[in-house]
Amino acid sequence: MPLALNEEQRMLRDTARDFLQNDAPVNLMRQLRDDANEKGYSEELWHKMIEMGWPAVAIPEQFGGLGFGFIGAGAILQEAGKTLANSPFFNTVALGAAAIIHGGNEDQQQSLLPKIAAGELTLALAHEESNHHQSHGIQCQAFIDGKQLTINGNKKFIAEGANADLLIVSLRTAPPSSNNDGITLALIDPSTEGIKINKVNMIDSRNYAHIDFSNVTVSTENIIGERHNSQTLLDKTLDHGRICLAAEMLGGAQAMLDKTVEYLKDREQFGRKIGAFQALQHRAANMFAELEIAKSAVIHALSAIDDNQDLAVVASSAKTLANDCYRLITDEAVQMHGGIGLTDEMDIGFYLKRCRVSIQSLGDSGFHKNRFATLNEF
Amino acid sequence: MTDLSKFKQETSEWLEANCPASMRKPQSRNEGVFGGKKFTFPSDDAKLWFDLMVEKGWTAPQWAKEYGGAGLSSDEAKILNREMERLGCRKPLIGHGLWMLGPALLEYGTEEQKREHLPKIARGEIRWCQGYSEPGSGSDLASLRCKAEDQGDHYLLNGQKSWTSDGDKADWIFCLVRTNDEGPKQEGITFLLFDMETPGITVRPVPLITGESHFCDTFLDNVKVPKDQVVGEVGKGWSVAKALLVHERTMMADIEKNMPKPKYSVDDYAKNYLSMDKNGRLQDGLIRDRLAQHMMRDEAIKLTQKRAFEEGMAGDFDMRVATIFKYIGTEEKTNKDTLITDILGMAGAGWDKENFSADEQTKTHEWMSNKALTIAGGSSEVQLNVISKRALGLPEV
Repeated sequence: MPLALNEEQRMLRDTARDFLQNDAPVNLMRQLRDDANEKGYSEELWHKMIEMGWPAVAIPEQFGGLGFGFIGAGAILQEAGKTLANSPFFNTVALGAAAIIHGGNEDQQQSLLPKIAAGELTLALAHEESNHHQSHGIQCQAFIDGKQLTINGNKKFIAEGANADLLIVSLRTAPPSSNNDGITLALIDPSTEGIKINKVNMIDSRNYAHIDFSNVTVSTENIIGERHNSQTLLDKTLDHGRICLAAEMLGGAQAMLDKTVEYLKDREQFGRKIGAFQALQHRAANMFAELEIAKSAVIHALSAIDDNQDLAVVASSAKTLANDCYRLITDEAVQMHGGIGLTDEMDIGFYLKRCRVSIQSLGDSGFHKNRFATLNEF
Repeated sequence: MTDLSKFKQETSEWLEANCPASMRKPQSRNEGVFGGKKFTFPSDDAKLWFDLMVEKGWTAPQWAKEYGGAGLSSDEAKILNREMERLGCRKPLIGHGLWMLGPALLEYGTEEQKREHLPKIARGEIRWCQGYSEPGSGSDLASLRCKAEDQGDHYLLNGQKSWTSDGDKADWIFCLVRTNDEGPKQEGITFLLFDMETPGITVRPVPLITGESHFCDTFLDNVKVPKDQVVGEVGKGWSVAKALLVHERTMMADIEKNMPKPKYSVDDYAKNYLSMDKNGRLQDGLIRDRLAQHMMRDEAIKLTQKRAFEEGMAGDFDMRVATIFKYIGTEEKTNKDTLITDILGMAGAGWDKENFSADEQTKTHEWMSNKALTIAGGSSEVQLNVISKRALGLPEV
């Protein structure tokens, strides 16, 4: 599995870098926050991304995609993380498209993937039900009666939940048994009767929602993957999301490291640049080292997606290392900037906040180390 | 069939046919083959394997044939290395000559020096030790004071060297001495080679906390060294030393690869020594967390070395990343040693040979001896200085 980008992927990365630095600097995010923007992203930016073909990067070529793979998507997300550029890209591609690529039937793939590739369809994964990420133990219920699903339950903290054109909802349709895990995924139009979407404002100023389902009925044709037995598909989808989110987090960590090092070279106290103090030098050097090893874990995991390898172990490693280094670097960025690091005028707070939400999304390090240990049988 | 795949097939066949079965088993701590005049082979098979590999030039596969190597291209050497790893073949020869002095001589040595010393290194005839540190010059190596006075056709050496690894077993030493007291401390240092049998040298092994004495104090009292044994220019020894340190650090970052493959992985120890709860999880939640964390990090460090290599091939490597390996590799290694001894409990703190298995003794020993990894070859703190300056461009203290 390659750990270096090929020439095309490098070009994609460099283009993404130039574009995002110019068209989506952190100030764009600040503006959206100041305007209390409903969507939490700029429509104009998203349209430019569509024009550049980004929603198509990870979609297989036979469905109108560009076939750059998830290494390509990861390269874009890493660059987006640097400027905190938000868009429907992550939830639509890393979670939505992943579920359809791996679980969708031919009709679903034919009808949905080209639309995703063309930027005509955005998706969100409605999965979480509590304050902590869980991949198992879904309680949101659905009864299957003939050709109809009837859904009752609550989903929480759904990223892009109030924006997406379609939701992919994880449902308990049967008690777990020896043959079936009892989990079913279904595509649901958020405007369906009985769905109540409550927007939740989080510290990262992106779009989140709690979604309540009350006797919501949809056709069984909306089911993605195996009926009553889609835990594996769900885990695989979540792993795509964990790995891609880790890529975005690396970008944020890189931006914060660069900004902090720049500050250490500029700020003077006690008659010298504070970057000349070894107490700060060693911590900065350690941040650099931690970020570099996290990058390797993440690109390895992205590569594992493209090579169709088992994702569980590599996804948990990648997310843990990204969580830990992003936290280390944003905490140190604040500390090394001193009081000014806590002012709204500096951008550091935006990264600190995005970091906190990212860590909690799709599994914190405790969750993933526990999972890693279980997968390794200890 | 391409030349490389042909080479791969022939190499694999030759190794299969020639590497003795006992040389394809994991090696214990005292079975390394260092060569040299005073060396006794740990077994007949080790000698046989060594002789066969020397004959092929595969102890130093990339060195030119006239220097005792096989003149392999870097692709061929990689194939050889990978095939040896795949078949579990032990390294036929290890040591300072091969890993450190050899590469430095290739870069800085005169043609005569290369022809004189490289074949003896590759053939394991001469074992080398390193004379760098002094009692007053550890991390601040450039402050070294061991004096070399110009006596016309030779230098006269007086001073003391510390931490001469296996100084009592080595035949020759590569040594940093001061030929000039004036100017910046990095200038005026000269890189010298000399025979440890030269009159005036006293070597005294220093007992360490492990109970062993791999390191020596070396006293130099009016030692005469001919001038043609200077490597590089007089007064420019610091450049040679730095180049050599890079090889040492690469070797230490890669320490696991150069060491015998361990019998058990860290999680094997946890499974063998600790209790599981009814769900098959380690009862000790803290060890479970540390173990997961270590395994993830260990893998990420190995992946970073692979990534550096692949990005280098693709022309997309950020050279700054190379500064982290010694620091992060040795820190994680000592973390692993501590984790294993914690898992072993009292069995990871035993001293005698009767009540503890050979493996337990090894792990306890490694926990102590590997503490040197984050100190030798530039301590972790020195490495962090290097990262700060070279990778991050932070100002001088």
